[in-house]
Amino acid sequence: MNFLAVIGQVVLAAFTDVGRLAVFVQNAVRHCITPPIYPRLILQQMIRIGYNSLPVVGLTAFFTGGVLALQIYIGGSRFNAESLVSSIVALGITRELGPVLAGLMVAGRVSAAIAAEIGTMRVTEQIDALVTLATNPFKYLVAPRLIAAVITLPILVAIADTIGIMGGYIVGTKSLGFNSGVYIKNTVDFIEYQDVFSGLAKSAVFGFIIALMGCYHGYNSQGGAQGVGRATTNAVVSASILILASNYIMTSLLFNT
Amino acid sequence: MSTDKHIVLNDVHKSFGPKSVLNGVNLEIGRRESVVVIGGSGTGKSVMLKCILGLLHPDSGSIKIGGTEVSGLRGRKLDEVLATMGMLFQGAALFDSLKVWENVAFGLIQGKKMDRAKARDIAFDKLAQVGLKADVGELSPAELSGGMQKRVGLARAIATDPEIIFFDEPTTGLDPIMGDVINDLIVHCVKATGATAVSITHDMASARKIADRIAMIYRGEIIWQGTAAEIDNSGNEYVDQFIHGRADGPIQMDILKA
Repeated sequence: MNFLAVIGQVVLAAFTDVGRLAVFVQNAVRHCITPPIYPRLILQQMIRIGYNSLPVVGLTAFFTGGVLALQIYIGGSRFNAESLVSSIVALGITRELGPVLAGLMVAGRVSAAIAAEIGTMRVTEQIDALVTLATNPFKYLVAPRLIAAVITLPILVAIADTIGIMGGYIVGTKSLGFNSGVYIKNTVDFIEYQDVFSGLAKSAVFGFIIALMGCYHGYNSQGGAQGVGRATTNAVVSASILILASNYIMTSLLFNT
Repeated sequence: MSTDKHIVLNDVHKSFGPKSVLNGVNLEIGRRESVVVIGGSGTGKSVMLKCILGLLHPDSGSIKIGGTEVSGLRGRKLDEVLATMGMLFQGAALFDSLKVWENVAFGLIQGKKMDRAKARDIAFDKLAQVGLKADVGELSPAELSGGMQKRVGLARAIATDPEIIFFDEPTTGLDPIMGDVINDLIVHCVKATGATAVSITHDMASARKIADRIAMIYRGEIIWQGTAAEIDNSGNEYVDQFIHGRADGPIQMDILKA
């Protein structure tokens, strides 16, 4: 009996969470697309989410591009296909590694920061204070972050793509002995617009997930410092997992051409 | 005392899961009256306040403000009601991402869509009313002491010239002298703005100073109410125990006894 009760509780709790998240998403999206919209706050968040993530995302992309070139060179040499390095680096970075790695790095940085900030506002009654000042917290806190993340993530990923390909180029020409002109020509010839755009489209979804998880867990945090800590952890973990899962789903459904 | 009822709570119930917090609260507050609700920790004071503010929705019962039913209001309609209210939070709840003056002007800029420059002038005016110098306005809330934060919170609560001001434990966490300064400011500000004031506290010195009328809440019900002068001769043993702060009496704390 007890065992069944435990299973029931877990299932009910899971459904409660899904339902609460669904209501949250609905509210959040509604406030993103209905006025008033705060351009000042969106800009502020774009700087925090986008500009301040540049070093982390840039370094990640650079080293990933470099290591990709090395690995593909080793793998390719077994089939006498070393010349494919430049095109596969470009494909891998733009289609997968750029968006996913940038998404994961930003999830670690930004989801945590958003959850901590909004969570602290919740436990110190600042969110209640917003309501009493006739300001909707969804409008003032959640919507600007969601909009900013959806706009900035593709920009960040475009930069990450560029830096990643450049990382591959530097390793390819400096340590693997490729000719610079040939490397660039192979990159440009093989890559298609769709490779880049599919990655950028995915990254917009990742941006939404990152901001959403930060806001959701922060907004629902309770119980002081410990609660905020838990919200921060949950935000990063759930954002990362959702990024990876949604990446698989989007890739298999939409971009399998 | 005015016969014009500003806030009327009728049989308000609220529970969280199996725990019932408000068990039929009945309370009438007249226009321009200052009512203080006293009661121990966990008796439902804060929940009652949050129900009136629309931060929580009561399970049943009615809450009328100026004759309009407000329980269950959401969205823009709730914002319209909230625009006539101000609240001083227990921990001041200042927005730490904004400067002090922006905090005070928040309700004017965001709620009332006022021009920033004009709102700024009013904010500095209100800061002066609560005894803060203009240079404080440019600081961030984290740089202020607890007493100063409370004053800024008070300035923010009165900035929009609300018809009703709520005070959640205004003196908690302050030294007695600063507590009295805040009490004086509350009395002064409520008089100056002609607002109705609803406070919750367990600080009797504060209650005596700011109340026209005192109501005591116990286990989610109002068990006694009367003027501030009557409280010493209430004839109610619960009230007597509370105002004298005795551990023995009809009110038993929910702690394990040996």
